[in-house]
Amino acid sequence: MTTATNRAVRELAEQSYQYGWTTDVEEESVPPGLNEDIVRWISARKGEPEWLLEWRLRAFRHFMTLLDDARLPAWANVSHPPVDFQAIRYYAAPKAAAELSSLDEVDSEILRTYEKLGIPLEEQKRLSGVAVDAIFDSVSVMTTAKETLAKYGVIFSSVSAAVQEHPDLVRKYLGSVVPYSDNFYAALNAAVFSDGSFVYIPPGVRCPLELSTYFRINAQESGQFERTLIIADKGAYASYLEGCSAPMRDENQLHAAVVELVALDDAEIKYATIQNWYPGDENGKGGIYNFVTKRGKCAGARSRISWTQVETGSAITWKYPSVILQGDGSTGEFYSVALTKGRQQADTGTKMTHIGKNTSSRIISKGISAGRGNNTYRGLVKVLPNAENAVNYTQCDSLLIGDQCGAHTVPYIEAQNRSASVEHEASTTRVSEDQIFYCQQRGLTREAAQSVIVNGFVREVVKRLPLEFSVEADRLLEVNLEGTVG
Amino acid sequence: MLEVRGLRAEVNGVEILKGVDLSVGAGETHAIMGPNGSGKSTLAFALAGRPGYEVTGGEALFDGEDLLALPPEERARKGLFLSFQHPVEIPGVRMDRFLRAGYNETRKSKGEAELDPLQFDRLIRGKAKSFRMDPALIKRSVNEGFSGGEKKRNEALQMAALEPRLRILDEIDSGLDVDALREIAEGVAEMSGPDTATILVTHYERILAYLEPTHVHVLMDGRVARSGGRELAREVEERGYDRLTAGAGV
Ligand SMILES: Nc1ncnc2c1ncn2[C@@H]1O[C@H](COP(=O)(O)OP(=O)(O)OP(=O)(O)O)[C@@H](O)[C@H]1O
Ligand SMILES: [Mg+2]
Repeated sequence: MTTATNRAVRELAEQSYQYGWTTDVEEESVPPGLNEDIVRWISARKGEPEWLLEWRLRAFRHFMTLLDDARLPAWANVSHPPVDFQAIRYYAAPKAAAELSSLDEVDSEILRTYEKLGIPLEEQKRLSGVAVDAIFDSVSVMTTAKETLAKYGVIFSSVSAAVQEHPDLVRKYLGSVVPYSDNFYAALNAAVFSDGSFVYIPPGVRCPLELSTYFRINAQESGQFERTLIIADKGAYASYLEGCSAPMRDENQLHAAVVELVALDDAEIKYATIQNWYPGDENGKGGIYNFVTKRGKCAGARSRISWTQVETGSAITWKYPSVILQGDGSTGEFYSVALTKGRQQADTGTKMTHIGKNTSSRIISKGISAGRGNNTYRGLVKVLPNAENAVNYTQCDSLLIGDQCGAHTVPYIEAQNRSASVEHEASTTRVSEDQIFYCQQRGLTREAAQSVIVNGFVREVVKRLPLEFSVEADRLLEVNLEGTVG
Repeated sequence: MLEVRGLRAEVNGVEILKGVDLSVGAGETHAIMGPNGSGKSTLAFALAGRPGYEVTGGEALFDGEDLLALPPEERARKGLFLSFQHPVEIPGVRMDRFLRAGYNETRKSKGEAELDPLQFDRLIRGKAKSFRMDPALIKRSVNEGFSGGEKKRNEALQMAALEPRLRILDEIDSGLDVDALREIAEGVAEMSGPDTATILVTHYERILAYLEPTHVHVLMDGRVARSGGRELAREVEERGYDRLTAGAGV
């Protein structure tokens, strides 16, 4: 057992990162460092209105007080050297790519980058029911399928563009779910966010396309601080998917995004993430620090928000996509797969806050640890005093590959209403030699056997993704788990 | 087809097989009987290449080729199939997809075209029908929550789909009701021909009525203690192993 397991561990550990190249484009960027001038510069560069600059500056000042008090989040089960916020470049953009109307104007190098990532924008635009927004370092490069969406009154653009074209909507909702004072990284993001996606679905419209954003960090020493805002008006429906990757760099890079979702009466938002940021090398050098605040508000009655995530990348992942169940009869869901190998650390989970009556939430978390990976599920289910008949179901499963990895489950339950029903189940299993041999006896290699078993373990979550992305997720897990011929 | 000579194998440092000899030709059916713990499953695992079953001596040739030098999946692809005494559960993995993966890997290794999901679905449904297996089972997770009998039927189904030449059936008759036993045994018999061979590990004489053995061996304490024809199985059934070996002077 141990020799075979050790081999599997080594294969995993030696698995190299496939998206690690850089793209050669001319970049416009600011010098590293964080100060009020940088904040003003970013805002001016984007031609923002006064109210937005003021908001950024308030966030900046708040962030600086937190930084002075050294109030970095310390409770997560991750460890890393302190981040030097003055060494980060807060804006980097491919030159001359600020706002484009057709693919012909996009730098061909950038298009090739997305193609390498398996996201042919042209294809996406022409064929599928997918509209793509691509964020390259700090700015949005391209939003495809704009015309189709416009027919339905759907707005899908970069946040920068929305600030110009739909200032009232942005002003009404920006920071309404994640205020800048929410936490350390939310404050930083509000001060320096450079771009991100904006979606508005008008009342009664089922968005006909899957909306999708790909994030790519390219420039050196740059951080990525995008901000995404999605609003589904009454009776509207949207399905949204984000994917992420970054080149291999020796130094750690910071990704501190904020995502806000708002669902009004009878609206539904499905938000899915496939995160494959560079995880660092086998010794833990380099890699992305993925410190993200994602929260949805079920503001209206009978509204639904679901988060589905497949997290395979990043040196450190620290994220808790959450739902505030404010509307009566609203539903929040969280489906998660987190894979850690090498020296990766993930502390991820969710927070379901039941406020309205007859609200329900469901949490399915699947953690996979290999090598010296460390995986923590941290979840809070909170039922406020007036939330009559709240229902929660939580299931946390961990799969261990090898004996040097770790899995931890930290559920918090705060039920302040006695009618609440809160249920928690947890399990920890290992990939067994029996299972691997059974697969081999039917003709599969050890590697194939392992990925079959892992795919089975995550099935319940992956099947929630739109078909083409569930295939992508399976492939990503497979790539991450396959050895270099063992 | 299979030549085993002086095979020795250890599990966790304990020698279980102490020199097994076995010669199986095409078209033959060999029944292997023996008391609990005598090493029958160990022999099956050693031949199939299960990690942890370390061969310490002897040889095993499959069509003249050194079987023991091959990784388990290569042995499977070359046509060696093991029906497990205790089939393994794999949660979340659909039975038909699991089997299609193994099936296509086997085809690929022979340079044959893979079957797409639709073609394979047709194939597997046909096989399920001939084994009277509930088609709903092949859409469920591999062996998960299957009854004992359903698991054995599922092993037979996999064998039918993979069409191996050497079939090692480790107690495929245990835990089956009378009808299931007949159906599975007849199914195996139907898939037998001049090019296939069967090693049938069993405790009961009953299955031999359907799968006429050409040879019967009694394995005791890691060695083949006696070999013979069909009559040896009857003797085992009547007299038990203690008196059997006492009578043989072993
Ligand atoms: N993994 C293992 N660890 C320790 N001992 C083992 C292991 N596998 C098998 N053995 C031992 O090897 C011996 C032979 O076991 P095996 O399973 O081959 O017997 P068998 O003849 O198939 O018995 P049964 O008729 O009960 O199926 C037994 O004493 C068993 O305890
Ligand atoms: Mg046995």
